[in-house]
Amino acid sequence: MLTTHDIRRRIRSISGTAQITRAMQMVAASKMRKAQQAAIESRPFAHLLYRMQRLATTRAGSYHDPLLEVREVRRRAVIVIGADKGLCGALHSNLFRVVAQYDPQSTLFLTAGRRAAQFVARSGRQLAAEFSYGDPPRFPEARAMAAGARELFLNGEVDQVQVVATRFVNTLTQQAVALEFLPIGEITGLPTVGVPAEEAAGGEHAEMLFEPNAAGLLGYLLSRYLNIFVYLVMLNARASEHSARMVSMKNATDNAEDLIKELTLEYNKLRQGNITKELLDIAGGQAEST
Amino acid sequence: MSNTLRLEIVTPDAVAYSADVEMVTLPGVAGQLGILPRHVPMMTQMVPGEVIVRKDGQDQFLAVGEGLVEIRGDRVEILTDMALEADKIDEAQVEEARQRAAARLQEKLSSEEVASVNAALARSLAQLRVRRRRSK
Repeated sequence: MLTTHDIRRRIRSISGTAQITRAMQMVAASKMRKAQQAAIESRPFAHLLYRMQRLATTRAGSYHDPLLEVREVRRRAVIVIGADKGLCGALHSNLFRVVAQYDPQSTLFLTAGRRAAQFVARSGRQLAAEFSYGDPPRFPEARAMAAGARELFLNGEVDQVQVVATRFVNTLTQQAVALEFLPIGEITGLPTVGVPAEEAAGGEHAEMLFEPNAAGLLGYLLSRYLNIFVYLVMLNARASEHSARMVSMKNATDNAEDLIKELTLEYNKLRQGNITKELLDIAGGQAEST
Repeated sequence: MSNTLRLEIVTPDAVAYSADVEMVTLPGVAGQLGILPRHVPMMTQMVPGEVIVRKDGQDQFLAVGEGLVEIRGDRVEILTDMALEADKIDEAQVEEARQRAAARLQEKLSSEEVASVNAALARSLAQLRVRRRRSK
């Protein structure tokens, strides 16, 4: 049986928790606004980049870049982009569910974010390289990661590279997705981060000039494409992380407040009960003594 | 076919410019490139420099970073890491950035760092050129 004292103690402890989660919610909310804006504003850029990539790779004629080479997939590398900290709801469990679908024997992992590295290491998968990325992500960080993946692909260690990350949809929705990265080709499986699926290269234009020449242009485009791709994915991952954390902290705060309300009600009932009992005792004592 | 071109300049943080214009002059890798409506479809690489836009008979200047250009029918789309209109450039700040980059080049750097510093330098120079042309 709880005493009034026990209940009071619990209320105190819960309001302490609520205070902390509320503070974290505020912090996440302010970071979220910035990160979301960056992710949303990068969409037209992602869109155009993807279209140019499709256009160049389908029109460049006989020229072939090693980055486009499709090989039989024996080993693959997966870039996993997670967050550094937890307390962001189901974000990571959703992400790792996608990661878990890859065969641990033939898959190498490159990770960004501490949580992703921890998961790969703890579950006994092969961790090829661990990267970090800032908040907000910076372009050189994306470039380093893209370069790592490209090297693995070009020297034949892996035949395919995919990216597993969280796509930012809106504050309440973030999707864990797997995207094709290398060989560069059409992004099948799922729409690119921020690019509508139907927006493939328009096939209606017959001839296209390339200046200075197709090889030079394609080489330039593809090398930049990979870096920017990773960068855009990182922007999305950050926006998702802060949104998920904001929402989960808001839920925690709301739950704590509900609990406090219930406990306060119980406390008042108990207190009132005690007073009534005491009054009855006093009344009973008086009745006996007269 | 209309007599204007739809110009769009897109950077990672925004659509920096979007309007119907009469002519676009841009810094291609092989030299200045003037584009009028009904240009042949083309894709080219762009180097840091200035984009001159003729709109309603008036020239506007933008400083741009390196990037890619796609010309299709009456659309010109520019994908670049920087695009600034002349009046948004803070000359003093850019001059400072240019000097910083120039000083960095004197130090010992890895080839990757040299490339990124050179890129920063080229961007500052492009901005300064656009800015100074306007104030002439």
